[in-house]
Amino acid sequence: MTETSWPLWEVFIRTRNGGSHRHVGSLHAVDATMALHHARDAYARRGEGVSIWVVPSAAITASDPGDRDLLFEPAASKIYRHPTFYEVPDDVGHM
Amino acid sequence: MSIKALDSRNAATIAADREARFEARIGAEEKIEPNDWMPERYRRTLIRQISQHAHSEIVGMLPEGNWITRAPSLKRKAALLAKVQDEGGHGLYLYAAAETLGVSRDALIDQFLTGTAKYASIFNYPTLTWADIGAIGWLVDGAAIMNQVPLCRCSYGPYARAMLRICKEESFHQRQGYEIMVVLARGTPGQRAMAQDALNRWWWPVLMMFGPPDQESQHSDASMAWKIKRFTNDELRQKFVDATVPQAHYLNLTIPDRSLKFNAATGHWEFGQINWDEFKRVIAGFGPCNAERMRVRRAAHAEGAWVREAAAAFARKRRAAAAAVEATPPRAQAALG
Repeated sequence: MTETSWPLWEVFIRTRNGGSHRHVGSLHAVDATMALHHARDAYARRGEGVSIWVVPSAAITASDPGDRDLLFEPAASKIYRHPTFYEVPDDVGHM
Repeated sequence: MSIKALDSRNAATIAADREARFEARIGAEEKIEPNDWMPERYRRTLIRQISQHAHSEIVGMLPEGNWITRAPSLKRKAALLAKVQDEGGHGLYLYAAAETLGVSRDALIDQFLTGTAKYASIFNYPTLTWADIGAIGWLVDGAAIMNQVPLCRCSYGPYARAMLRICKEESFHQRQGYEIMVVLARGTPGQRAMAQDALNRWWWPVLMMFGPPDQESQHSDASMAWKIKRFTNDELRQKFVDATVPQAHYLNLTIPDRSLKFNAATGHWEFGQINWDEFKRVIAGFGPCNAERMRVRRAAHAEGAWVREAAAAFARKRRAAAAAVEATPPRAQAALG
C-alpha cells in the first residue's frame, strides 16, 4: 500500500432510534481503526449515530445491474404480497 | 453483404440501442448508478463537474478559515469552526462521488494542485473584515443552496445522494451568516458600515457564481439534456436575486446596484449588468486571491505528506505484528503474554 492508494471503505451508521445501520457513504483509510475514526469525523458530525460499521468496499458483493430485470421479476409479478391486494370491508374498522 | 459489413452494422445498431436505452432511463427520471453503462461524454462531464465542486468546497475553507482566530466571541468561533469542518466534509462526499466514475482521488487532487481543474470563482476573493464572514454565509452559501437543491434530483445517483447530504448540512451555514449580518446591521454605526461594505464587495461576485449567461454557457445543453442540470444559470441567478433582495431590505442595507428595480408585471427583481470581464479574469487565474489559494493548498498537501506516510507505515506495522502473533505457536504466545 503506497502513501496514496489507501483502500476504500463503505460506512454504515445506526442512528439513536435503534433502526438498522444505513449506508451513508465511503472514505479512504489505511486500516479499520482509522476508517472508524474518519467515519465518525466525516459522517457523524451531528451526533447522528450510536454505532458505526466500516466495511472494505472490496468485501461487498453486489448484484449486477444488467441482471436487474431477471433478478426482481419474480417478486414484481406477485402483487398478492402487498396489503392493498386484499379487500376488507370498511365497517370492520382499521386493519 | 460481407460478414465484416454485417458485423460493423450490428456493432453500430448495438451502440445506438444502448444510447437509446440510456436516454430512455434519463427521460423516465431513473437514476444512473456507477456500474450502469453510460456515454463517455456523460461520464466525463460528471467527473469534471463533481470534482470541481469538490475542489470548491476545499478551497472554500480558506477565506473563512482566515477569521477563525479573530472571531468576536467563543460562540462565533465555534460556529465558524463547525462550518469550515462541514466544508471539508462536503469536499469528501463529492470526491467520493466523483471516484465512482472511475477516476482516482490522486488524479483529482493532482488536477487541482496543478491548476488544470477549476473551482468556484467566488473563493478567489479576500475576507477583509468580520462582516465578510456574515456576507459569505448569507450570500455565498445562499447562492450555493440555490444551485444545490436542484442537484439533489440529478440523474447520477451518487452525486444526487451526496447533494442530499450536503443540503441538509448547508442550511445552518446560511442562517449562521445571516444572523451575523442581523447583529451587525442593528449594531453601532461602525458595525452597520462594516456590514454594508461587505455587501458592497460580495454582491456582484456572488451573482457571478451562477456562471455565464445562458447563451454563452459552454457545457449547459448536454447537462440539461442529461438531467445533470435542472435549471439554467440565468434562471437560478434570478431566483437568488428575488429571494435575497427582501433579506437585504430587512437589514436596511443597500444592494450596490443602481439598476435594481422590482417589475410588478413579472414579479421579479430586475438587476444591472454583470461585469463578465471580471469573471473571466478571475476564472483565468487573475483574481485577488487565486495565487494565494493555490499556494496554500499546495503547501498543505506537501506539508501533510508525512501524516499520510506515517498512517501507511503504522498500518503496515500493525498488520505485521498481527501476522507475527498468528504465526507464533500457542505455548510460545502464552510465554509472550
